[in-house]
Amino acid sequence: MFDQFNAPTRRDLLSMIGKVGGGAAMYQAMTVLGHAAESQFTGPPQLSGARPGASVLVLGAGLAGMLAAYELTKAGYKVKILELQDRAGGRNMTIRGGDTVTELGSVQKVNFAPGNYLNPGPWRIPHHHRTVLHYCKALGVELEPFFQLNQNTLIHRKDAFGGKPQHLRDMSIDYKGHVSELLGKALNAGALDKEVTAEDKAKLLEAMRSWGVLDKNMKFTKSDKVADQRGYERAPGGGVNGAPIPNDVSSLPDMLSSKVWDLMGFYSEYVMQGSMFQAKGGMDMIGKAFQARVGKMIRFNTRISKIAQDDKGVTATWVDAKTGAAGETKADWMVCTIPATILGQIDMQVSDTKKAAIKALPYGNSVKIGLEMKRRFWETDYAIYGGHSFTDQAIGLISYPNSKFFSEGPAVLLGAYPFGVGAYMLAGMTPEKRIETALKQGAVFHPAEYRAEYLSGASLAWSRMPWILGCCATWSEESRAAHYQDLVSMDGRIVLAGEHCSYYGCWQEGAMLSSLDAISRLHTKAMSA
Amino acid sequence: MLNFRLVALFSSSLCLSAALAFASPGFAQDRPTKGESTVEVSDEGREIYEQICQSCHMADAKGGGVPGAMFPALAGNARLSDKDYGSIILLKGRGGMPWFTDMLTRPQIAAVLNYVRGHFNDYHDTVTVADLDRITTANPPVPDCNCGH
Repeated sequence: MFDQFNAPTRRDLLSMIGKVGGGAAMYQAMTVLGHAAESQFTGPPQLSGARPGASVLVLGAGLAGMLAAYELTKAGYKVKILELQDRAGGRNMTIRGGDTVTELGSVQKVNFAPGNYLNPGPWRIPHHHRTVLHYCKALGVELEPFFQLNQNTLIHRKDAFGGKPQHLRDMSIDYKGHVSELLGKALNAGALDKEVTAEDKAKLLEAMRSWGVLDKNMKFTKSDKVADQRGYERAPGGGVNGAPIPNDVSSLPDMLSSKVWDLMGFYSEYVMQGSMFQAKGGMDMIGKAFQARVGKMIRFNTRISKIAQDDKGVTATWVDAKTGAAGETKADWMVCTIPATILGQIDMQVSDTKKAAIKALPYGNSVKIGLEMKRRFWETDYAIYGGHSFTDQAIGLISYPNSKFFSEGPAVLLGAYPFGVGAYMLAGMTPEKRIETALKQGAVFHPAEYRAEYLSGASLAWSRMPWILGCCATWSEESRAAHYQDLVSMDGRIVLAGEHCSYYGCWQEGAMLSSLDAISRLHTKAMSA
Repeated sequence: MLNFRLVALFSSSLCLSAALAFASPGFAQDRPTKGESTVEVSDEGREIYEQICQSCHMADAKGGGVPGAMFPALAGNARLSDKDYGSIILLKGRGGMPWFTDMLTRPQIAAVLNYVRGHFNDYHDTVTVADLDRITTANPPVPDCNCGH
C-alpha cells in the first residue's frame, strides 16, 4: 500500500484509516496524532439502507430537527416534521425590517433599513464548532468573520474611573504590568524562594520584566515602551512632530476596580476564542439552507398535545394553531426536539425517569436588543470595528456589527445581551421601556452620539417567546449526574435531540451534535428491530 | 447570613443559577461575559416582582401562553394558600423555572413571596426567612405543577 521507501504522510495515514475503519476510527487516529481533539464531529453520519417504507416523525423544525430530517431522508427514511411556529429555524433566527416580533404580552413591528438585522439567538460560531461549519459549507451558507476580541472596545464599571469607560487594551496592559511588578517584588524579596528554583526565579524575573514591560527598576510606569503597547498621548507621526508622547498608566487600585480579569478570562474560554464566524446576511441563513432541503416535509402551526408509542410505532396528536383542526400523525420512529420547557407540559408516553429528566431542566433567560443608528459613529469617531464593550449595568454589553465596515447609512448595534438579573429586568419591561433603558445605559460608551443618532429599535426576550418560554437549558453538575443519560436515552421508539441534550448547551453545535447522535442510535435500533 | 450572601454573590455571576455547572469542564454556554453581575435587585417585594418575576409571569401575574405551553398564573392561585408552596419552588425550581437561591437573598425571596401572596391573592400570613430555613432543612419534594391554573 505504501511506497516502501517513503514514509506515509499524516494525510495518507488518516485517509487509509478513514477508509478502513470509518469516521470513528479516523477521529481516534486524528486525536492520537494531535489533531481534532477540539470536536466530536467526525463528518456527516454514514447512515444508509433504511428498511423500505420505514418512517420517522420529527417534532420541531429547528436546526436539530431539520438536520435529523435531512440526514434520515438521505438514509432512506420517509420523514415528516411537525412545527409549532409558522416558520422554520427555531432559535436560529434573524430579525429584519418588516418583521414582526410577537411575544407574550406585546407585538413589535421592526423598522430596520434593508440589509440591517439583529440575530436574537445564536450570533457567533467558534472555529472548532465543526458540525455547524461543515453543514454551512455543505449547504452553501456563506460565512464571514465575527470580530470577537477587539482591544479598542470599552469596559464600563459603575464604580471604576468615576464611571468613565476605559479601553480593554489599556486595562489589560495595566493588569499585566501591575501584576508583573508585584510578582517581581515578591520574587526579589525572596518570598517565593521555597516555591521556585533559583534558575526558574531568574526566568520568571525576566518574564515579568519583558511581559509586563517593566523598567530597569522592575517598575510599571509611563514609558515609550509601555506606550508601544498601551497607546499614546500623541501617536507617532511624520515630520517635525513625529515623536510620540506616551500616555499615563492607571494606578493599581483603579486598574483593579475595572475587574478586567473577568473579560480576560472570558476571552480565554475555549468557546470564546477566535477565529469566529457569522452567517453573511444573518444567522438564519443556516436555517433557511436546511429549510430549502427539508421544507416540503414540514407541517407548520402544529401544536403537539400528546405523544404516544407502542410496539408498532409512534403517534403525535396535534391541533392546528391557526385553524383549530385536530389531527394525528403516525410513524415508525420519532425524533423529538421540543424544548424541555414545553415538552414537560405535554402528555408524553415515555419512562418515568425520562419524564423526571425533562422536568428537572430549567431554562435560562436572555434578551437581545437591536438599535439602529443613523451612521457608524463607533467606526468613524471611535475606531471600533466589531467586538464588544462590556458594562455592569443590566444591558451587559453592546456589540458592534461585523460587516459592511466603512459603509454609509444606518447600521444596527446590539444594544443589550444580558443573562441573569439584567435579562429578567429587561424581559419584564415593555418593548418601549427596553429600548429606553438600552439607550440610557449604552450611552455611557458613546454619550454624544447614542441618542442623537438613534433611529429605531427592536428587542426579543426569550422568556416571552410563546414557543419556548426561555432561552436554553441550564444544567448543573448534580442535574447532569442525576438526569442527563435518562434524557438522551432512546425510549422505545422515541429519542430526544436539541441543545438541551448535549454538553454544548445553548450552542448550535450542541443541537446539531445531539441530533447526529440521536439519529445514529435511532438508525441502529431501526435496523436491528 | 454572611455566608449565604457570599455564596449568592459568587454564584449570581453568570447565567441563571448554574454556578456549579460552570465549574464543570464539559460545560459550554454562549453568554455575554464571565463577570460577576453587579446589577442590584431591590429588597422590596413589589419591585422584586417587577424586576424578576414579571419577565415570565407577566405584570398582572396572570401568567401567559396557552395550555401546553404556558407560565402559570400567580394571581388567584389557590395553591399559594399554603405558604410553603411558593417557597419550595423558589428554593428548588420546578420544570422550566430555575431555583432563585443564586439570584435572590432569603430576605428577598420572603419579600417577593409575601407580595405575591398578599397583593395578587388574599393570603396574609407572613413567609419569613425562618420558614425558608425550615424548608431547606426538611428538603420536601417539589410539589406537582399546577400550570393549568
